[in-house]
Amino acid sequence: MERIPILKLDDFLLVTIQVDMHDQLAMSLQDDLTERVVRTHARGVLVDISALDVVDSFIGRMLGNIAAMSRVLDAETVVVGMRPAVAITLVELGLSLPGIRTALNVDKGMLLLRQARAREARGLNHGRLGQ
Amino acid sequence: MAASGSETLPIRSDSEVVTVRQRVRTWAAQQGFSLVDQTKIITAASELARNVLVHGGGGTARIEALNNGSRVGLKLTFEDQGPGIPDISLAMRDGYTTRGGLGLGLSGAKRLSNEFDIVSKVGEGTCVSITRWK
Amino acid sequence: MTNSSSTVLAEIVTDEQQLRDAWMAEQRRSKSRRSDLMKETELLRESTEFLSAFRRAVASGEVESIDSQPWAPVRDLLSEISVSRARQGFTPPETATFVLSLKHPLFHAIQRRLGDNADALAGELWRTTVLLDKLALLTTEFYQKGREEVITRQQRELLELSTPVVKLWEGILALPLIGTLDSERTQIVMESLLQQIVETEASIAIIDITGVPTVDTLVAQHLLKTVAAGRLMGADCIISGIRPQIAATIVHLGVDLSAVITKASLADAFSVALKRLGVKVLSAPKKSTQEVADGTDTDS
Repeated sequence: MERIPILKLDDFLLVTIQVDMHDQLAMSLQDDLTERVVRTHARGVLVDISALDVVDSFIGRMLGNIAAMSRVLDAETVVVGMRPAVAITLVELGLSLPGIRTALNVDKGMLLLRQARAREARGLNHGRLGQ
Repeated sequence: MAASGSETLPIRSDSEVVTVRQRVRTWAAQQGFSLVDQTKIITAASELARNVLVHGGGGTARIEALNNGSRVGLKLTFEDQGPGIPDISLAMRDGYTTRGGLGLGLSGAKRLSNEFDIVSKVGEGTCVSITRWK
Repeated sequence: MTNSSSTVLAEIVTDEQQLRDAWMAEQRRSKSRRSDLMKETELLRESTEFLSAFRRAVASGEVESIDSQPWAPVRDLLSEISVSRARQGFTPPETATFVLSLKHPLFHAIQRRLGDNADALAGELWRTTVLLDKLALLTTEFYQKGREEVITRQQRELLELSTPVVKLWEGILALPLIGTLDSERTQIVMESLLQQIVETEASIAIIDITGVPTVDTLVAQHLLKTVAAGRLMGADCIISGIRPQIAATIVHLGVDLSAVITKASLADAFSVALKRLGVKVLSAPKKSTQEVADGTDTDS
């Protein structure tokens, strides 16, 4: 059965979705990603949807699940590359993807993840200093 | 040049939902829909096809090209012989879901279309049709 | 469909050269010639191409239904010719004359062949005139469609020209809207903005409505949807230039702008955008008059 490839980039995981996924494949991706985040102690997940010309509520829910799962595992998720037509349709559909960070492309997404990590590190330092 | 005719597809599995999306894309492109309009109707089709599979126990999708003189459009009809929907207005409410979904399937599909119609009888099945005009 | 008589037409059109010459002469005589719009060489080329396709279609034996497969090349050619004529400035009747002027030479040829047989002659003339009439009507249909496509394209171009997306800074786009916005125009403009955001990789887009006198519910909703879509894509949209009257209208309409960043002026919005991107604008240090005199100030 096909699986969506997950790449490791430094402390982050990059998933590039390039096929029109059937629901089963989307669910396997969710599981695979969770397993990989745990195994690699990834601090961030980048989901590249620039190849998707349709995102429906099922995929929307998958993205939400990935973000929620990652957060529990102390990793941030950024969804990148959403096409204008898809964004316009999602707004019309009423899907807002709450709690999911987005960026225009992989580079910007990585920047966001690194900035988030840097802020976190400063926060931890402050905590220690405060003690 | 706008096509005429129709096509009926079975919805019995995940991959057949994908096929519905692909065929709707082809028909919408043939009818000359803009990219945004194509995306809207394919997304609506995806929601409704999934409903047929998940709630209706399987069924069919019919794609019809509409060419009434000056108006060009696409009509999609989703039918199943499933349990039916007891309270349609409740089902049409945003966020209402019986299977842990986002509850946007029916209401979303309606928002993405120019015309929307639903007929459902408990114990007999459901028929949803949507139309998008160019 | 009687095969024997359609073979008469088929035989006639095999002598393409002679037929073409007669047809060219006919077209030159016609007041639809418009030599001011089309050169002789071009007309010759089109006529030659058409006759060639016409001959092959007639040779298939099908001369009644021009929707059939054998006539596809002829239909395609007529479509190209009609659209091109429309663009060049020919009128629909002038365009149809291209096909109709072929009747005279064809009738002549048919008469020479079947002159002794009144019934066969009448039959063949009738079939030929019906066929050419259908093809002439086709040119009118294609002409019409061609015109519609030009108008649509011109409208779009006008729309894009009147609402240019401007790059204010690396990563910051501005869309100054001017004039009355209607639902359709707003939609087109918003889609164009989102596309530009992708192409320029902008993180912030400022939609300035200083030049917009009134906004109705639909337009306000489109603006909000665009902001929401931009956010989904990873870009922030700021709406600037909301005048007091528009602010009052929006509140009155019950449109909720709480989720959107709004600024009174484009300048304010630009300032916010720069801050967001961590860009600071500093004044250049003052040069002493001595430095300017010596030419040691580094800027020049």
